[in-house]
Amino acid sequence: MSQSHSQADSGKYYIPHGTPWPIIGSVALFTTMFGMVAWLNEWFSPVMFFAGLALLAVMFIGWFRTVINESEAGTYNLAVDRSFRMGMVWFIISEVLFFSAFFGALFYARELSVPWIGGEGVKVFNHIFLWQNYDAGWPTNGPAKLGPRADGSFEVIPAFGVPALNTLILLTSGVTITIAHHALKAGNRNVLKIFLALTFLLGFLFVAFQANEYGEAYMHKGLQLSTGIYGSTFFMLTGFHGLHVTIGAIMLTIIWFRTLKGHFTPSRHFGFEAVAWYWHFVDVVWLGLFIFVYWV
Amino acid sequence: MAYTETVDAHDHHDHPPAGIWRWLSTTNHKDIGTLYLVFSGIMFFVGGAMAMVIRLELFKPGMQFVDPAFFNSMTTVHGLAMIFGAVMPAWVGLANWMIPLQVGAPDMALPRMNNFSFWLLPFAFTLLLIGFFVPGGAPAGGWTLYPPLVLQGGDSFPMAIFAIHLMGASSIMGAINVIVTIMNMRAPGITLLRMPLFVWTWLITAYLLILVMPVLAGSVTMLLTDHFFGTSFFSASGGGDPVMFQHIFWFFGHPEVYILILPAFGIVSEVIPTFSRKPLFGYEAMVYATASIAFLSFIVWAHHMFTVGMPLAGELFFMLSTMLIAIPTGVKVFNWTATMWRGSLSFEPPMLFALAFLFLFTIGGFSGLMLAIAPADFQYQDTYFVVAHFHYVLVPGAIFSIMAGVYYWLPKWTGHLYSMALGKWHFWLSAIFVNVLFFPQHFLGLAGMPRRIPDYATQFADWNMVSSLGGFGFGLSQLLFPILIWKCVRGGEKAPAQVWEGAHGLEWEVPSPAPYHTWQDPPSEAQIAHGAEH
Repeated sequence: MSQSHSQADSGKYYIPHGTPWPIIGSVALFTTMFGMVAWLNEWFSPVMFFAGLALLAVMFIGWFRTVINESEAGTYNLAVDRSFRMGMVWFIISEVLFFSAFFGALFYARELSVPWIGGEGVKVFNHIFLWQNYDAGWPTNGPAKLGPRADGSFEVIPAFGVPALNTLILLTSGVTITIAHHALKAGNRNVLKIFLALTFLLGFLFVAFQANEYGEAYMHKGLQLSTGIYGSTFFMLTGFHGLHVTIGAIMLTIIWFRTLKGHFTPSRHFGFEAVAWYWHFVDVVWLGLFIFVYWV
Repeated sequence: MAYTETVDAHDHHDHPPAGIWRWLSTTNHKDIGTLYLVFSGIMFFVGGAMAMVIRLELFKPGMQFVDPAFFNSMTTVHGLAMIFGAVMPAWVGLANWMIPLQVGAPDMALPRMNNFSFWLLPFAFTLLLIGFFVPGGAPAGGWTLYPPLVLQGGDSFPMAIFAIHLMGASSIMGAINVIVTIMNMRAPGITLLRMPLFVWTWLITAYLLILVMPVLAGSVTMLLTDHFFGTSFFSASGGGDPVMFQHIFWFFGHPEVYILILPAFGIVSEVIPTFSRKPLFGYEAMVYATASIAFLSFIVWAHHMFTVGMPLAGELFFMLSTMLIAIPTGVKVFNWTATMWRGSLSFEPPMLFALAFLFLFTIGGFSGLMLAIAPADFQYQDTYFVVAHFHYVLVPGAIFSIMAGVYYWLPKWTGHLYSMALGKWHFWLSAIFVNVLFFPQHFLGLAGMPRRIPDYATQFADWNMVSSLGGFGFGLSQLLFPILIWKCVRGGEKAPAQVWEGAHGLEWEVPSPAPYHTWQDPPSEAQIAHGAEH
């Protein structure tokens, strides 16, 4: 990777000339965010927020259609392909760091702030003067016992129920996409199509189970976003992960339609690989969640 | 479906489209670099106007011109505008203009994303600045956004959060583009250790950006959910901790200050050798020192929090790791000095700004060492001494080296030489007034004047008056800069390709002004050999 590219491998590096999509994307993001501000501040209805999201969808469709058409026309040489790969790798690394902020909050709360509130060590005066009745432990919704129930109680989702099943689902989907990738490289298009379809079906199945668990937590377990630090870390971590799985599954679906249209060759299939990397990334994040949020 | 290997879309597009659409839709690294630099200049004057309000109110004790809430908005938005609006976009603008020229690449690696990362910024700052006109006024809790104070903000609170999200997305995309351009687009023969130091320092800066901007996004998202969705990240009653925000924020924030200064090291490492007519002393040591500083920046964050409450082992660790940074920084300062040793020096505006950087940034570094000493910091924390420290590293540090870079490359961009006399006036006025402005703030801080207040005890009146006079002088002097640039864009003596006789680097191998497209064919061995003498 550190070696500079040889331009002999093909024609010149493709530099596009003029593009409408970024400015449309900027307007869309501004509209979405201003709409969200107006919604949160109760200035007016969320219509502007949804209009922004719709425009954002238009931007994504238009931008990706342009790039896919260029790719299919053979516009990109190997150096462009390498740029895309590096760009995707660094994008995923930035995503890892985004999750690490929330994992950091989880570890800080469990290892530091909750014991300190409970009066551990030199923080003993917290227990004597501030929160006499608080027995620090995990899971917790804090000394004020925040949450929807009047008595401040809540139950957690046990690891070895649906979450374990979801772990199995995601790990299986990691295997199916690898089979699909090998089939693509071997030119075995039918296996590719079947196993890619299996992958996104497993992805959507995961999301469905997760949504069901959320309903269960909200309705019957007293576990909500407002259930103290446990609810905060639980829903923010699993929520952002679920969002990423949903996006990943949509990406897999698009890639599957592209395979149906005959896109990708055994040697050139950056779009497929980018989605596969992304899928492995959400898989690995889930393993962290399963261990540190649900299990230990 | 079949992949063909012959495409060349450039040759028929040497002229950009006319009108506003050129700038909205451009994928050209020079256009986008210009957009970034113009935006940065505008934000420099927007943030500067807020600084003038601050210094006006602080000219004498008592409440004169603004109410305290508006004063707090001024300090908060001044900080956000200068960091995210002026300094960071200036670096990305310089990177856009210069990195492809310096590594012999036809453009940035991902040109459409390049456009996106620029155009997010005007929208982000629109979102931030219209906060002045909503109920409750603009954000006033300080640029560091500490809870619980920030959570008490008015309707502008979510606007600031989303603005930061947009700025972060812009920075991450810009950083990805820089890394991919440097790693994948270098012309054959430009090995990593033949890259100019500006490219090297930007590469390392880009890694820092990708690693910390998402953490900032995460932390401000937690603020948003704490305010609107009932989470308890920063509330002890729910088991969280306001101090946790400070840890997550400064895990971003400390690398961020090196994001603001590492490209400055790169510029100074280009300018000082040119005007000393000597190669840079210790090129490889400079690269390794930059990488060391970047690494250390990840393990020092809690030195911003010595007084907030931390186990003793934490205080000691963060104190000692912070002091370690003085070592690679010292390597740099001594290398710049050694570069000038027995050189044939001349003092054009870029060199003047670089020299002022060398002296004044070092003062900022020394006050940083003082602040790193935890027991001493208990005294300095939240005083004007801190304000003096970070303004010394940011104004005569980052801003002066941005100016050095602009004065260095402006003839390459415009094709005209600028007025040396006007440039020197700009320099001397800036260099004198910046010290009148910020040096007295050290005294104020040591005497105990707290930061972020609109009124103060009369014992602080003398130096505040001096500081304000320096501030007005510095602010007015900056008006010379756009005047000089405007005149240089409009006309002037034709600049040769090799603008400065002692300059090395591939950017001097292309004509001035640099054509709309450069290095569509990679540079020749001879050009690289001529350019690569450090």
